[in-house]
Amino acid sequence: MNTEILGVVAQIVLMIVLSYPFGKYMARVYKGEKVWSDFMQPVENLIFRFSGIHPQEEMNWKQFLKALLVVNLFWFIWGMILLVIQGSLPLNPDGNGGQTVHQAFNTCISFMVNCNEQHYSGESNLTYFTQLFVIMLFQFITAATGMAAMAGIMKALGEKTTKTIGNFWNYLVLSCTRILLPLSLVVGFILITQGTPMGFDGKMEITTLEGVTQHVSQGPAAAIIPIKQLGTNGGGYYGVNSSHPLENPTYLSNMVECCSILILPMAMVFAFGFYVKRRKLGYSIYCVMLAAFLIGVCVNVPAEMKGNPRMDAMGIAQDNGAMEGKEVRLGAGATGLWIVATTVTSNGSVNGMHDSTMPVSGMIEMLNMQINTWFGGVGVGWMNYFTFIIIAVFISGLMVGRTPEFLCHKVEAREMKVASMVALLHPFVILVGTALAAYLYVHAPEWVESEGGWLNNPGFHGLSEMLYEFTSVAANNGSGFEGLGDNTWFWNISCGIVLILSRFIPIVGQVAIAGLLAQKTYIPESAGTLKTDTVTFGVMTFAVIFIVAALSFFPAHALSTIAEHFSL
Amino acid sequence: MKNFIKSIRITIAFCILFSVCYVLILWAFGQFFGPGKGNAETVTLNGKVVGAANVGQAFTKDIYFWGRPSAADYKADSSAGSNKGPTNEAYLAEVEARVDSFLVHHPYLERKDVPAEMVTASGSGLDPHITPACAYVQIKRVAEARGMSEEAVKALVDKMVEKPFLGLFGTEKINVLKLNVALEEANPTVK
Repeated sequence: MNTEILGVVAQIVLMIVLSYPFGKYMARVYKGEKVWSDFMQPVENLIFRFSGIHPQEEMNWKQFLKALLVVNLFWFIWGMILLVIQGSLPLNPDGNGGQTVHQAFNTCISFMVNCNEQHYSGESNLTYFTQLFVIMLFQFITAATGMAAMAGIMKALGEKTTKTIGNFWNYLVLSCTRILLPLSLVVGFILITQGTPMGFDGKMEITTLEGVTQHVSQGPAAAIIPIKQLGTNGGGYYGVNSSHPLENPTYLSNMVECCSILILPMAMVFAFGFYVKRRKLGYSIYCVMLAAFLIGVCVNVPAEMKGNPRMDAMGIAQDNGAMEGKEVRLGAGATGLWIVATTVTSNGSVNGMHDSTMPVSGMIEMLNMQINTWFGGVGVGWMNYFTFIIIAVFISGLMVGRTPEFLCHKVEAREMKVASMVALLHPFVILVGTALAAYLYVHAPEWVESEGGWLNNPGFHGLSEMLYEFTSVAANNGSGFEGLGDNTWFWNISCGIVLILSRFIPIVGQVAIAGLLAQKTYIPESAGTLKTDTVTFGVMTFAVIFIVAALSFFPAHALSTIAEHFSL
Repeated sequence: MKNFIKSIRITIAFCILFSVCYVLILWAFGQFFGPGKGNAETVTLNGKVVGAANVGQAFTKDIYFWGRPSAADYKADSSAGSNKGPTNEAYLAEVEARVDSFLVHHPYLERKDVPAEMVTASGSGLDPHITPACAYVQIKRVAEARGMSEEAVKALVDKMVEKPFLGLFGTEKINVLKLNVALEEANPTVK
């Protein structure tokens, strides 16, 4: 059998097999039960004492959200200051300068909201100090923010009736010390043995075999790459992310990194089932998500391995698939898998250039992010799915004439309004943003020219580049059709605004729904209860997601990816 | 305001935990187990460093095997892909030109023998590898330029083929720099 396909299958099996025990473990951590990592307790106590936090103090959903938003506000200030003044801070052996204010604005927000879209290149626009004290730090703590929100929702949904949903600070710290830190260390160890740099020396100057001078960027890369993958962050150490041969040196490192993308979002779905003691519900959600993921894999891997028909028409030997923008050590198959993994989650790291993938792959990449619920970001992915469960419960309740209920709590007008707003916000910002960009491109060509012309490809593909950019920021994904010249005033500011809206409005809405549901009286299940852990309901949710989330984008795809596909 | 002060303190605590402790643990591990002791792993010829093992470099002379086209000109401090779309006519014309130029340098080949990897740019612009097929089509040129027999060069190429991971997963590949260093060791042209 083809070793490239075997590699793809092995990676998928590895993810699924690992996600189950991890899910069980995470549920125990958030419940505060005994686990093997209890030796971290002294460290946690030290953090709590230093920060003046009482981890056992219960919060209601409003206090919980307030703490979450305030700490994020502080991180924004922290990041802005450090990025602008990085040029005069220590750990800067390559002598890189500070970022411009609009670039720092975009970078800072992008990392604060766990998106990690990069309008800069790590080698030249960051110093080792900001890589470690802004980028990497944010990759840990913003992922932990999403996980903490998820833990709060699990607590709310797991109890019969409650006013409180746990302590935000406690969940934040536990997510860091019990889940992200140990896993990152393991992945980091593997990457180092594979040849990823982990030092503080500046660029290595080399005279090549042909006598040319080459400067090899290095630095503390192996510290950043594990958490970039595990925390669904995706912001690479190097400009080209995990397609860089030092960021992702071997096929083994690629397998480890690719599995790290999905492992925690997958585990979180199991964790939910264990936490609320409804395993069957957890499994059914997992199956719907997995099915959607596998559909994407089955489209993209063959499309990439088959190659570009236009290249075949040239009469050359395209035996290994579409290799423009891909690396030989990884191959088209592994890149085909990665592009699905990184877009179903809100990760956004890449191991090949998405801009050069086949149009149909580009469509799947964008659809995954436009739907944004298949596994999704750590914590927040499940929460997006939760929004659609509420809508599905409501619709199916109306269809069969039963009171809509979820986990023994009535779903009423207030929750439905919030859920609908959250669900509609996503297509709204993407389509309005793309429309605005396309309008400016056509009607203000001189201004666009003054911003560098934006697009790297003409025609349908050019529209795809703009659509992809807004899709990626709205999904807090951060990958890009990187041909887009996006380090400009327009893209930095517009993307920055979309990033904030589409990170915090959904989190606030979803935690609020859970908090509101939890306060209601508990209605024990009866024969009249709509069962949410059945195959039928799974299919129903899938249909709702597909109609609400995917079909809104059909006209945009018809003009971009689909049109390009038929012009191949 | 209480939350704000807690935010400042907990951020400092996280800095110590992650940006200092976690980083130092990995750094120490790298000093012992990293193939380059924390830096990029290097390749030497006659005791002189001639490149980073995992970073591709430009080869243009006939006496060497060539790597893939690079959108970054093999500048290892500014990695980049071309980001050209599959239907971009200007891009396809560029590929066409690369095919023609490859055929000029390898007149013994036909169009259908030109591997796509040799005319498409890699994702990073620093791809250190080519496929075995890419090396085989270059053997005749290299052998002639060096005055070696084709069999001798082919034997070297065969030796440098890296099997898929565990023999099961992924692609077969050849590290261009290591192959050229092996060539130099067998048939020195630089001192």
